[in-house]
This record gives sequence, C-alpha cells and structure tokens, in this order.
Amino acid sequence: MQIQQAPQPAGAVAVVLMPEPKTPFYSRFLRIPFAIWRAMTISRKVAVGSAIVGFFILVGIFGPIIVRTDPNATSNLFIAPPSPAHWLGTTVVGEDIFSQLVYGTRTSVFWGLGTGVLVTIVSVIVGLVGGYFGGWVDDVLTLLTNVSLVLPALPLAIVLAAYFPRGPLTISLVIVVTNWAWQARVLRSQTLSMRSREFVTAARATGESTWRIIFFEIFPNEIGLVVAGFVSTTIYVVLTWAALEFLGLGDGSIPSWGGMLYWAQQAGALGGGLWWWFIPPGACIALLGAGLSLINFGIDEIADPRLRVERPRKLTKAMKKAVA
Amino acid sequence: MVTQDNILLEVKNLNVDYLASNGTVHAVTDVSFTLRRGEILGLAGESGSGKSTLAYAITRLLRPPAQITSGEILYYPRAARNQDDSRVTVTNLPKNGRRGFRRGKGQVREDEVIDILQLSSAQLRAIRWNDLAIVFQSAMNALNPVMTVGAQIMDVLRTHRPDMGADSRKQRALELLQLVGIAPDRLRSYPHELSGGMRQRAIIAIALALSPEILIMDEPTTALDVVVQREILTEIMRLREKLGFSVIFITHDLSLLLELADHVAIMYAGRIVEKATQRDLYLHPRHPYSYGLLHSFPTLHGPREKMSGIPGSPPDLRNVPSGCAFHPRCPCAFDVCPKVLPVLQPALATNPEQVVACHLYDPRYHAEPPTTEDLAKAYQALAEGSTVS
Amino acid sequence: MRHLIRRFLFYICAVWVAITLDFFIPRLAPGDPVAALVGKMSTKGYVTPQMQQTLADLFGLNSHDPLWVQYFKYLGNLFHGNMGVSIQYFPTPVLTIIKQDIGWSIMLGGVAVILSFLLGCFLGIIAAWKRGTWLDTLLSPSMNFLSAIPYFWLALFTLYIFAYSLNWFPLSGGYDSANVDPGWTLDFISSVIQYAFLPALTLVVSSLAGWMLTMRNSMITTLSEDYVLMARAKGLSERRVMFWYAARNAVLPNITGFAIAIGAIVGGQLLTEMVFSYPGIGYALLQAVNQQDYAMIQSVFLIITLAVLGANFLADILYAFLDPRVRVERSA
Repeated sequence: MQIQQAPQPAGAVAVVLMPEPKTPFYSRFLRIPFAIWRAMTISRKVAVGSAIVGFFILVGIFGPIIVRTDPNATSNLFIAPPSPAHWLGTTVVGEDIFSQLVYGTRTSVFWGLGTGVLVTIVSVIVGLVGGYFGGWVDDVLTLLTNVSLVLPALPLAIVLAAYFPRGPLTISLVIVVTNWAWQARVLRSQTLSMRSREFVTAARATGESTWRIIFFEIFPNEIGLVVAGFVSTTIYVVLTWAALEFLGLGDGSIPSWGGMLYWAQQAGALGGGLWWWFIPPGACIALLGAGLSLINFGIDEIADPRLRVERPRKLTKAMKKAVA
Repeated sequence: MVTQDNILLEVKNLNVDYLASNGTVHAVTDVSFTLRRGEILGLAGESGSGKSTLAYAITRLLRPPAQITSGEILYYPRAARNQDDSRVTVTNLPKNGRRGFRRGKGQVREDEVIDILQLSSAQLRAIRWNDLAIVFQSAMNALNPVMTVGAQIMDVLRTHRPDMGADSRKQRALELLQLVGIAPDRLRSYPHELSGGMRQRAIIAIALALSPEILIMDEPTTALDVVVQREILTEIMRLREKLGFSVIFITHDLSLLLELADHVAIMYAGRIVEKATQRDLYLHPRHPYSYGLLHSFPTLHGPREKMSGIPGSPPDLRNVPSGCAFHPRCPCAFDVCPKVLPVLQPALATNPEQVVACHLYDPRYHAEPPTTEDLAKAYQALAEGSTVS
Repeated sequence: MRHLIRRFLFYICAVWVAITLDFFIPRLAPGDPVAALVGKMSTKGYVTPQMQQTLADLFGLNSHDPLWVQYFKYLGNLFHGNMGVSIQYFPTPVLTIIKQDIGWSIMLGGVAVILSFLLGCFLGIIAAWKRGTWLDTLLSPSMNFLSAIPYFWLALFTLYIFAYSLNWFPLSGGYDSANVDPGWTLDFISSVIQYAFLPALTLVVSSLAGWMLTMRNSMITTLSEDYVLMARAKGLSERRVMFWYAARNAVLPNITGFAIAIGAIVGGQLLTEMVFSYPGIGYALLQAVNQQDYAMIQSVFLIITLAVLGANFLADILYAFLDPRVRVERSA
C-alpha cells in the first residue's frame, strides 16, 4: 500500500547568500548612543545608578558656571548655620560651604573618573599583555601583580603621598600605583582563555600583527569585563581619594569633598555640632558611591542571569503543593 | 483498593509546564505510563522532549518556574519482604497519601496507594531515597566536592536509619562500595580524586544505599566513554538481578534501550508517542518517529543505502505544531495530521500492548495501517530526495 | 604541600619588595627632607646637632657609602630590630611605640572582623535560602545601601549622634586614662569596652554588607548546582542541605576574604582610629605623617605589611585545608 506522500520537509530550501544592503555610515554611529541608552535602561538598578552619576557629572560641568561664589573667599561670617545668603552656612574662616561643595564636585568627580580610567588602562595593558604572551613575560607580570595585590593599599598610599609633593596629581598617581592589580589579574585569566580560541589562531594564521590581535581581536571581547571593572575601580577610587584627602594628604587649597571633611575635622566641627559642614560632603560621596554601586550590581545581574530578580507567576494552591 | 498485579508506579495524565516570562513551555503533556515491579522501563527521545523533566517531576525535584499543573503519580508500596532481608522494613513511610489509608503508625498495607503529588514535604522527604532514588547524569556535578564519598553515603543512612550506629553505617558504606566494584579504601576519597567511571559507580552506590524500590536513571552513561558505559550497564543489570528494584531508564540512545529495557516509551515534544515491549519495538516500530530514531544510525551489515535521518529539528515547546506535533518532519504525514491530535491507541488489534499515537493506524483516517516496510520506503524516498549521501 | 611551599616563597619575595620599597621611597622623594624637617622642628625648640645627625643618618644623606652598601646596612639594621628612633618622641625607639599601639588595633580589629564575618555570612545564607521572601527583599537592598556609605562618613556620623549629641559614649581615646589604670581589673576592662564600642560598631556595620552580599550571591549560585539537588533528592533535612552541601561550598570565596580582612586589621583601621582618636597603630601612622616623623612612617608601614603578608599566608593554609581540590591543582 502506498503512503500518501508528505509535502517536502521545510529544511530542504536552497540557501542563497544575499548581499548585505549597504548601511549609510552615520547610522552605524547612531547605534552607539542607542546601545548605551538601552544598556542604561535595561535594568532598574542601572537606570537609577546612571541617573545619580549623570547628575553629579552635570553639576561638575555646569555647577561652577552657575554658582558664582568663590569657594576660597573668606569672610567675616564664621561658622554660620545655613541661611539665604549662604545656603549651607560657612566654615571657620567664613568660606561659603555650598559653593565649596559645588566646586568640589568638579574636582572629586572628574579626578575620580579620570583616575579610574588611568587604572583601567594600566590594568588592561598588563592583563592583556601578560595573558597573551605567556612565558617569562607572563611570569614576571604575574609576580608583579601578585605582589602589588598583597601589599596593603591604603598604608602604602599614605606613605607615598606623604613623601611626594601634595596635590591631586600625586594622589591620582598614588591611587593608580596601588590599585591596578586586581583588574589586571581578572583580565589576564580572561585573556588566557580567549587566546586558545579559534578566532585568535585564525588571526595569527592570516599574519595579523601581535598588537592588532591583542587590541582589536581579543580586547573587544572583554569590553564587558573591562566596563564592569572600571565601575568597581571608580567606586574604590572615589572613596580612597576622599579618605586620603580626609587624612590631610591632599592639597588643602583646592576644594574637594574629602578636603572639606578634613578642614571640618581640623576645626572640630564634630565636637562643635556644625552638622552643615561635614554632613553634605559626606552625603555626596555616599551618593556617588551608591550610584556607581547600583550600576555595578545591575551589570552583575545582566551578566549572570541566576542573580536576576525573578517575578514568579501566581501559583494556585494546587500547583503550589505539587512543587516540593 | 485492590492492587493490580505487580504495578509499582502509575503515572496518570501528568502535565508539567515551565512558566517563563516570555511564554509557557509545555514540557510534559498528558503523559501516562505504568511501571511494574522488577521491570526496566526505558524513556527515549531527543533533547528537549521532556524526559528529564518527567523524571524530576516524579521525584518532585522540579525547581520554579517549572510546575506540575495536573496529574497523578501513584505509588504502590509493599510491606516488608520476608525472604530477602536486603529490603529493610519501611519505618518512615508516610501514612496519609490520598486513598485507602489507615491513619496512624504501623506497617503499610499492601493495597495502599500513595499519591506522590499530594505528600507534604516531611512525608516526601521520608519517601525520598528510601523508595525512590535517582541517579543523575553528571556524577561529577552531583557529588559534593568538599565531602568524601563515604560521608555522602553515610549521611543518607544517618538521616533515614536513625537506629544505625556509626559502625554499622560504615559497614554498610563499605558493603555498597564493594557492591558496585569500588575499592574500599576509596571511602575517604574526594570526588575529584576518582575517575569518571568510578564516580558514576559511586553515585549508583549512594542510590542503592537504602535499597529503594524504584531507581530513576537520567542518562547515567552519556558522559562516559563506551567501554565504561558497557561496564556500568552490566553492573546495573547485575544489581537489579540481585536486589530486584525497578528502573526508569532515560536516554536518547534508543539502541541502548533495546538491549536493556523491558518496555520502552518514546517521547516527542512532551508527549508519549509510542509504548511497546522491547521486542515489538525492535521488530516493528509503529510510529514514524520511532522508526526514524531506530534507523538513524547506519547498520554494520547490509547493502549501502542513502540515509536521511529525521529532517528538521525538535519543535519550540512554546509553540507546538497543531495536531500531531511531529507532522512537519514526518515523511508519512497526510491531510488530517495537522488538524487532529492523535491519541495513544493499540496499533493493531492483534497486539494491544503496543500503543501508538498516530493517525496512520486510525481506521477513521487511514484505510490500512502501514507495515514497517512502508515506513522504510517512506524514509528511503526522503533519503533519495536529499543531497547528502 | 608543594602548593604551600610555593606560596611561602612568594610571600618571602613580597616581603623583600616591601623592605626595598621602604628603603627607596624616602630616597626617591624630591626635595631635601632633612632641611624641611629641621626647619619645622626648629619652631618647636632647639634642634641639637645630635638630632640633625640622626636625621641625616636616617636618610643616609650624609653617608658617603655607595647606595648598595647603605642598602645592606639598612637590611642589617632591620634584622637586628633596629628600626630607628622616633622624632616625635625623641629618643624613644620606634619599635617600643609600635609595640604599645599594635595591641589596641588588634583587639579592636579582631573583634570587629570576626563579628561582622560571622553575622554577615549567616545573614547571607539565610537571605539566599529564603530568596524571594520578604526577608530577602528587605535585607538585600538595605545592605546594598549600607555598603555604599563611605566608611569614615559613617564613623563621623555615628560619633556625632552617639557621642556628641546623646552622650552615651566617649568621644576619643582607648580607655578612661584620667580615672582608670591599665591592668586586668573589671574597671579597666569595662572602660576599654566602653571606649571600643562605637568604633567596633561602625566597623561591623560597614563591613557586614560586603560579607552578606558576597555570601548571598555565592549561595544562590551554589544552590543551583546538581549536588544540592541530589542532596534534596536524598531526602536529607533542610538544615543539613543548607549547611553541609550549600553553605560549605558557598563560603569558600569568603574565606579568602576573611583571612585578608584579618590581615588588614593590623593595617590599623586607619580611618576608624582617626575619627575616634583610638590609640592604635593606624593612629600612630597618621600622627607620624602629620608630624613628618619619617622613621615612624617607614617602620609602621613595614610592620603593617609584614602582618598582612603573614595573614595572607595563613589564609592560603586555611583555604587548602577547607577545599581539598586546591591541594592537587596547580595554582592558576
């Protein structure tokens, strides 16, 4: 008996390679802000965090332009509580605290972000070079990384900052020197696993130069890790910067959040109950740190689906019993 | 409630869904089967056919978002055996499943029935491992890396046999290791110190610790090389001879099941499409899918012929094709297949044991049921049309 | 065992780097520290030629020995325990001062770290186990927030509220030096506790979040492992599965962190000691920096580094003991 023939199975379709339509070059660039926007709004945590950080960046850029009061201008009004003239009161030498806060935002935020970028660059270079080359280069770099990891960062930073001339550049370099190792180690192990993948072998076979392979083939695959590392690092940088300033190792004449706390402490603001002096800068540091942390946790959740918040459907009673 | 002869486990109309945010996945739809004492039931199917979900559902190990939406899983326990004392008297068995129970403590009557889906978690915990044990696919992942193998055997004993002392626990653990062929000094080894085959044997040893009635094996040898695979399977057969437990054996390797299993159930897209004895399935597979599975591997002897395998890929379980789920890939599909869902019915009236869910055997839609040669020819025609030789 | 020997050699190498850094940093810094220091000290009183000589010796500036000879002299001095003399407390040897202060740091830090570790891990286990319930929904975001607060600000805030406003606790110091004498008396011990309470509280609160969140995330990942599923399938009690199968594996990443935290104790909870004026080794370092007591700075740094390295080595030993897989594997 004859079985009625079935229609041709769907799989047997001739595959024709269509040429890709040419996209105008500017649309490729337009994709970048869209990608960033999507990345920022995809998770609530990231959105809130980005909003906070964005706020501070805006204040840093535009604040000093809008707020015209000179933060270093002394006056006769000492330790005055907040008033319409001085929104956050004055310091022990009569400087306006609010304008100090605003000008300090520029210092703290931009030096913080800048140092974060520097640390990331150093760790990327060390991590990628060590991971790719292997051999004695890797051994030396790994030893360097491990030693740098194991030496206590804050004491070392203090010692270094104490000996070199005071100023934001010193602090920045000190922080870079003491903090590059963590991210370098993470990137190195990632590079090691990438190195044995086929696209690298293919690139080598076609004669691509080593530097191109490292920075144009391998590095783009690790961008996610680098971005997450940058955010973590920046949190730490901002906090450490404030700590070093608080300990008096910064340049006291440049307004910054940590510096404000230092002067507040020196003037006994705590014992004197001058809450308007030491609460606002600390709150700003905390807020910026919180914003960066939120972005960090959001990135964590995006990367590891197991950590995502699950919204389970409503279970009926019968169903609930069936699941142990 | 009278026990039907020798039935150990009865699954009736089981439905398991995964409630994901982007659609409900019907992993298991309307599955029913029976497991008798001392038999090996094979469950075969491609990846994604729902076989592992089914196994986990029986033991209620499913994690959210999986849910058992309806069905019954009836377990017919038995009182203590009198001759073979390797089966210890059930002391912790729960007393209030759903039907026909005597309240209060005491032995379970032979005709009592427990609906596993209705048990509370305490009762479930008592039944687990005592009556129902599961051997996982990847032994490396199933063993706690920071505990020795011996400790992992003994903690089951400590939980379920509180009257056993430390010494007798150790004795029993050594017995079990010997039973599966692992050297006794391995009692204090960590999982990463054992080879793949040894780890699988260790898992089996743990599974047999309390002499369970039912052993569910989820692809126990897939991760091993063929030589070790053969050893493990021989071991399982030997142990079953000795201890008399039943096995639900889950695998995608149908040829393995044909050697091992008494009864075979073939799953596709979450449903059972054919159930048959080992012999019947080998001699005359009825469902086109079963035929395809059996014959997708070239034989060692015989004339050279073109093969096509089963074209296409398993369906997305959020959007199962209408009517018979297999129809887009079936070389024998005809007009009614996309429209009406086939139900499990005996393929031929002469052999009611072999049931198949296919319209080809339904006299209302297809005049004469096809023979195995007809199925072969249909696949051959497919192979002729394909470009791969 | 081989693994541990390799780690030991590594730490020896790190110690050598620390010592060498200590030697070179002052010599590399720009400017003439001696002149600056003498100038500064002159404002407080007459600087004897003897003191000037000490300073010059300290910096090796008047020595005509080549650099490498100075280096070996320096190493020699170190091994004899001669770490120089303090400028602030001239002529008390640095080591004497350090010995006094380090006890306070260790006591404060030790108690705080152990408490926060235990509490944090416990909360993390519970939060992961009860994931999705009100407990976890409440706990996790509040811990997130807590961990973002900069420590020293939290400390200042606490000091302000509890010591200044409410006057429940003292504002500074290690014990009530005006009324109580050191010794194993109840008075002294209760005084010590009273003075250490706020600093310890801030330390515990600020580091709690870190332990808890790491533990929680680690637990969540571990809970999805097959061996936890198998433990459940074996019918083991909830508590047994939670601790012996899940937590025991999930805590491993935290153990390394714990040992490193112990090491950091000796780093002197710098910020804590500054805010609360607690007489520990961190406070000593800060005073030294402010007073430009270079001998102190270098020595304290060295002591802190040695302690941290030692603690890290202990962490490695502890980890090898807890995770049997490490004993066989080569370290990545």
